[in-house]
Amino acid sequence: MDTSILPRSGNDKDKRAEKTGLPLVDFSKVSKVYGVGRAQVIAMDEVDLAINEGEFVAIMGPSGSGKSTCLNLIGCLDTPSSGSYRFKGVAVGGLSRNQRALLRRHYLGFIFQGYNLLKRTTAIENVEMPLVYRGYKKSVRQKMSLTALKEVGLEGREHHTPAQLSGGEQQRVAIARAIATNPSLLLADEPTGNLDSKKGSEIMDLLTKLNQDRGITIIMVTHERAMAEYADRTVHFLDGRISNIQNNRVIHQ
Amino acid sequence: MIWNTIKLAVSEIGRNMMRSFLTILGIVIGVGAVISMVTLGGGATSQITNEITSLGSNLLILRPGTNEGHGGIRTSATPFKLEDVEAIDNHIAGIAAVTPVSSTTATAVYGNTNWSTSVMGTDNKYLTVRMWEIERGRAFSANELAIGKTVCLLGSTVAEELFGSLDPLDAKIRLGKIACTVIGVLTSKGESTFGMDQDDFILTPVKTLHRRMRGNTDVNMIYISAESEISSEQVQEDITELMRERRNIRTGDTDDFELNDMAQVARTVESTTGILTTFLGAIAAISLLVGGIGIMNIMLVSVTERTREIGIRLAIGALGREVLLQFLVEAIILSLFGGIIGIGLGLGLAAVTAPALGIPFVFNLDIIVIAFLFSGLVGIIFGFFPARRAALMDPIDALRYE
Ligand SMILES: Nc1ncnc2c1ncn2[C@@H]1O[C@H](COP(=O)(O)OP(=O)(O)OP(=O)(O)O)[C@@H](O)[C@H]1O
Ligand SMILES: [Mg+2]
Repeated sequence: MDTSILPRSGNDKDKRAEKTGLPLVDFSKVSKVYGVGRAQVIAMDEVDLAINEGEFVAIMGPSGSGKSTCLNLIGCLDTPSSGSYRFKGVAVGGLSRNQRALLRRHYLGFIFQGYNLLKRTTAIENVEMPLVYRGYKKSVRQKMSLTALKEVGLEGREHHTPAQLSGGEQQRVAIARAIATNPSLLLADEPTGNLDSKKGSEIMDLLTKLNQDRGITIIMVTHERAMAEYADRTVHFLDGRISNIQNNRVIHQ
Repeated sequence: MIWNTIKLAVSEIGRNMMRSFLTILGIVIGVGAVISMVTLGGGATSQITNEITSLGSNLLILRPGTNEGHGGIRTSATPFKLEDVEAIDNHIAGIAAVTPVSSTTATAVYGNTNWSTSVMGTDNKYLTVRMWEIERGRAFSANELAIGKTVCLLGSTVAEELFGSLDPLDAKIRLGKIACTVIGVLTSKGESTFGMDQDDFILTPVKTLHRRMRGNTDVNMIYISAESEISSEQVQEDITELMRERRNIRTGDTDDFELNDMAQVARTVESTTGILTTFLGAIAAISLLVGGIGIMNIMLVSVTERTREIGIRLAIGALGREVLLQFLVEAIILSLFGGIIGIGLGLGLAAVTAPALGIPFVFNLDIIVIAFLFSGLVGIIFGFFPARRAALMDPIDALRYE
């Protein structure tokens, strides 16, 4: 499929070098409506949001307020019902299913809610999976996967299956899988949801490091204020709308 | 990418060995049954065809039939005479040889041993027409045939039974009431498919049999060898016409004799085999269909079970067609495995049962290749629907699937 519609991600060490001046994620009056007639649910209601490259953004809000919907739209897993979403300046609404898949493959990393690792598959094989679709050779894949696992502190656990790993370790495998491809944007839906606060803050330290050292843009949904404070900004959702955007760095300074 | 897909499919199949095996059982049994049946059937056919050709090339057999007498009682028709043989030889064009056979049974005695067998009175052309070869000794001389001398040729079984390791040539045996000099022994043809000993008989000149053993000049059968297969139908027509004339059969009445064409019999056997093959093909198609449905069923279960995996793959950036290929390859590999195991099993079964049934084991590469390709095709056809279901999943829904 044609990826020429998008600027190539390449293998640049520093994603910030690609800066075009445009926001990475640009929502303009984006709505998402599920169902029809009486069963209609407006999950997102004319949301305007811009996120720049290199930012670390947290999304908070009560259950059902539209956080996951927003993340799915940003992740190109879904398309807006109305309004326009531009990723790196490209209108996602006009892309085909295959084009969106290729966009995800080359630019995005996902940390799904509840890990979502492949069962009965070793840590390294899990991390290798997105690299297979990127078309890397086996030897290159293994090198990249080992580097990613090392980065999340899982050396020596490469050949363990999820069943043989703790929750925190599984979440680290999921993070390694998301960052092994060196994505432009990392999307995380409640990455600390199933962990105690100590393990949770370890994961947050890891994400902060990835954001600062590698310049990976991170958008994270969380329920916990303590976790949101690791981010540069916190976007608050309420009933499908943004109720407030809070700049954490200003508060801390 | 395709290599990765194949490796992935194999490891996925290996993850659940027991289920994979049960999945392909239908294909294994179907292919195994077809391979063993076709192999055994092919062996039997080749044996029967060989036997018919061993009767002689372009052989026509003329026998008296039955008469419909008064009150619908069927009686056997008048036997032929030597004059009939002469008439055929003189009047029919396109025949290579014609020979009479008059037969009786008699006990042959040599020393203390005796052996009951059939005695056929004929001439040297019988050897040509039925493709017998003389292993030791010689054929009848013109003189022996003309005056009906008491000489005989032994089938190998008779020679064995009467003489064992002794030399039968020039020995005198008693044949019924006459004493007879052995002038030759025929090469063995062995047993027929139906277990009949083809070498158990004695030949004498036809006149010897008529005068010294039967007391009449009846000819029971006439063997005719047509010159070439193409003219055999014309030859048959001519013979039929000649015999009707000689036996005074009025126009409209049915023949009171039978003329059988062995080439025709061979063709009949071949066409019967053709029908059998079609029948086996139909059974194969049905069993492969059943096997294919088994594969589709398990693939659907597998797709449902692995919904989350599919969701992860799609979300991470797998294209629909890549997911489709993954499941399709899995189904194809499964059914090819089934096909290979079935082929092995079928050949093994045929190899074991063929000797027990007394038929040769004929290895048929065509049917093996066809069975292999067919099982692959079953994988493609029945794997496609589950694979498409996987490919068309919505990644968000699939990730949420419990
Ligand atoms: N596929 C769907 N079909 C119909 N309604 C949906 C669908 N997905 C989400 N919704 C509705 O849209 C609204 C927003 O859902 P969303 O999943 O974005 O909430 P959320 O903020 O992530 O909540 P939580 O914190 O519980 O995960 C909810 O009211 C939900 O019921
Ligand atoms: Mg949610």
